[in-house]
Amino acid sequence: MQHDPEQISTPPDGRPMSEQPAWRQDFPIDTPQDNYVARRDFTKFLVVTSGAFVAGQLYVVAKSQIARDASALAPQRIASIADLPVGGALTFNYPEPHDTCILLRPDENTLLAYSQKCTHLSCAVVPDMKRNCLNCPCHEGVFDMATGHPLAGPPRRPLPLVHVERRGDELWATGVEVRTV
Amino acid sequence: MSTEPHPKFFPREQRTTIVYGILCTVLILVILQLWLLEATMNAYLGGDYAAAWPAAVVSILCLLLNIGLLRYIYSIERVNP
Repeated sequence: MQHDPEQISTPPDGRPMSEQPAWRQDFPIDTPQDNYVARRDFTKFLVVTSGAFVAGQLYVVAKSQIARDASALAPQRIASIADLPVGGALTFNYPEPHDTCILLRPDENTLLAYSQKCTHLSCAVVPDMKRNCLNCPCHEGVFDMATGHPLAGPPRRPLPLVHVERRGDELWATGVEVRTV
Repeated sequence: MSTEPHPKFFPREQRTTIVYGILCTVLILVILQLWLLEATMNAYLGGDYAAAWPAAVVSILCLLLNIGLLRYIYSIERVNP
């Protein structure tokens, strides 16, 4: 029988390692062989992780394609101007029924609308008219009311801006602008 | 019959060194992919959809390179006795 010089221990049946079952080759007794197999298998695990990242990238590509196709939004009536007093706020759904937005009227001539979902973990933001900001109660995120940009707390991205148009006495939402900075 | 060893024959000590080198390379590529995914997701959530395709292509190239390196490890094992 040919002896493998790299093999320190001998399997119980005396046959070379190449003829041993897979489990014995994957869990060798000899330390140098164990080191080698452990590094090789860790490399294999990293390649599987690499495949998972590619799957994640393809998911983002698919979501981007869907979002791009749906970027042209139909205008939608929100409310009458009489429904919104100065210093008041009301919620509405745009563009889809489950997308909650908030319309604000801090003064007579200013109308602001944002998505109500916090850009941190999607909790609903609440307006604070006295401080001119929008607060997220979940993790104490604070957004500037005039711009929708984050001022404090964990959120890093501004709130999506909803474009509002005044048509006579009616208020209409005409589009959503998602922003990175 | 030639008694010279196969040109791709490596003793285990050398193969371990090769695996270490490949492991480091694969690890760097996987970290690059992680960064790419995080940056692309951030851009997507911010409404920037232009980065998705180029990032996916780069990530696929990294995966192909990783698979090639892993195949190389197994190929040098096969020619060893």
